[in-house]
Amino acid sequence: MGEQVTGYLLRRLGLALLTLVLLSLIIFLAGQVLPGNPGRAILGNLASQRAVEALNNTLGVNRSLPAQYWSWVSGIAHGNLGTSYQFRAPVSTFLFPALGRSLKLAAVAFVIVVPLSIVGGVVAALNRGRVLDRIISLAGLSLSTVPEFVSGVVLIAVFAIGLKVLPVTASAPPGSSVPTQIRYLILPAIPLVLILFGYIARMARAGTIEALDSDYVRTATLKGLPHWVVMRRHVLRNSLLPTITVIATQTGYLIGGLVVVETLFNYPGIGRLIFTAATDKDFPMLEAGVLAIGIVYLLATLVADVLYTLLNPRIRLTRAE
Amino acid sequence: MADDQHRESVAAPPATGTTDGHGPAPHDPLAAGSPPATAGAVTGALDLPAGRIRREHLAQLVRSAPFIIGAVLLLWWIVCAIFGRSFSPYNPVNGNILKNNLPPSGAHWFGTDSLGRDMLSRVIVGARNILIIAPLATLLGTAVGTVVGLVQGYFRGVVDIVVGRIVDAMLALPVVIVAFLFVVAVGPSTLTLILVIGFVFALLIARTVRTAVLQERELDYIAAARLRNESSAHIMFVEILPNVSGPILVEFTVRLGYAIFTVATLSFLGFGVQPPTPDWGADIASNYGYLSAGYWWETLFPALAIASLVVAVILIADSIESVFIQ
Repeated sequence: MGEQVTGYLLRRLGLALLTLVLLSLIIFLAGQVLPGNPGRAILGNLASQRAVEALNNTLGVNRSLPAQYWSWVSGIAHGNLGTSYQFRAPVSTFLFPALGRSLKLAAVAFVIVVPLSIVGGVVAALNRGRVLDRIISLAGLSLSTVPEFVSGVVLIAVFAIGLKVLPVTASAPPGSSVPTQIRYLILPAIPLVLILFGYIARMARAGTIEALDSDYVRTATLKGLPHWVVMRRHVLRNSLLPTITVIATQTGYLIGGLVVVETLFNYPGIGRLIFTAATDKDFPMLEAGVLAIGIVYLLATLVADVLYTLLNPRIRLTRAE
Repeated sequence: MADDQHRESVAAPPATGTTDGHGPAPHDPLAAGSPPATAGAVTGALDLPAGRIRREHLAQLVRSAPFIIGAVLLLWWIVCAIFGRSFSPYNPVNGNILKNNLPPSGAHWFGTDSLGRDMLSRVIVGARNILIIAPLATLLGTAVGTVVGLVQGYFRGVVDIVVGRIVDAMLALPVVIVAFLFVVAVGPSTLTLILVIGFVFALLIARTVRTAVLQERELDYIAAARLRNESSAHIMFVEILPNVSGPILVEFTVRLGYAIFTVATLSFLGFGVQPPTPDWGADIASNYGYLSAGYWWETLFPALAIASLVVAVILIADSIESVFIQ
């Protein structure tokens, strides 16, 4: 049994690494297809052709594509993410603090959305087929397709400008206490919460319904266990397991959705970093930022799969067949 | 209906031991061998039963309230997209600068923006671009995705593995980021948006179609067709395709909702339709700075327009899905 788990985990890790390599290739190709040459983009239209060529030479962008890819990837492997064209400084000095700030915002969103959507999904499942179920399901689905900037501007209009209960920007003044920082992050977190709610609630609902319909729940009910014991011990324990996986896979989305939210709320996280890098044609920054998002997603799904395997011994048994 | 029953037994999860008091796992990462869910906001229902579109489905749809609400809203925006220019009360592009930032009134129901342009007219005419780009991108994605998924699911083998890996790698990035990366790469234009969004959706749709095809190909009618010595193309497009049309239709409508989401987001970020052409996302981007000055109407009405359009499409998608799932 132990061997099987180890074998599975190794295979899963190998798969993630392969995906990562492919991802880096895709990002690199997209980065190289980018039109215009970086030297021209940095120096502007008035610079002489010779200055542009000299700069391109220094930046190393006129080498062959495999050579460029190799130096990029081996640089990353050694912890060198490249040099930002825009700031003429190592990408890592911007990327890591930005990623940290984004994770803070994402954490606030998760702390709100996970309990909320699980309760929503379970309540919907318990009222299956009734109006409440339909309302929760349809509202969740509708909210999850409204773009973050649409709900964001409505929230700003209502809560920050109309009622004046929350700040308009996401960044608290420097040196603020943690509760103040969190207060500034609540409004930007809500558009993310609205998107994620429908999806997680849908999974929690499906898992709960499946558990409610199972033989073991019927047995538990028939042998006279109180309703809440059946719910806690038999229904929730089984229905929430798949929800873990879903929550983890949403991390990737969450980091991506940050591009919009951070732009809207003027928050210097990884989303806005990528956005600015794209508008400035700062390829090393853009490529590193997008790769970072991909890595966060791959890590999150890896952790989810491992957690799921460890929490669910039955999978190992199934596998043995 | 016999084949429906057969299909159900194929689709049913493998029975696992329940002696330990736990139910079968709805999501088994081992069985999938890859990340179990798709990335990002773009997440369709993946566990769809295979099915053919039938006339009863239509009859059921017409009786569902969410479907009717969604259809009426969508129809309204389609009318705006096609005829908007002829019935919008003012010129949406040229405003009267002396009448800028006017709040909603009898003359300007939705007020005017900072350049004195009538917001109602801009909202009406702004439906056009998004309703050209999103459906075309979704159509392209569905067509390409269906072919790729059919080939992947029918032939399996190397093609399946290679395409599957590429799809996994792409799915590690949210759709908006992929679209964003490629639109920056080739410059924003209507055609670029259609191609980029269509390409990403093709990967997602291929995955769903592949799953449906994998179930179909084990059925007897495929074996029979092989014995009749039909060509692979005939089996894929004439035998299998009609039987997976249900999931494809569901995918199409769900993706349409997310295409609208993506197009609107890209315009908001400045990678979509360029000003002064009326566009909801771009209008919000240029007007939300005035929110703190109290000019809420310049942002709120385009925002409501986007919300109503995506919700309309999602109501339709959900109704279609529930008709097929029962």
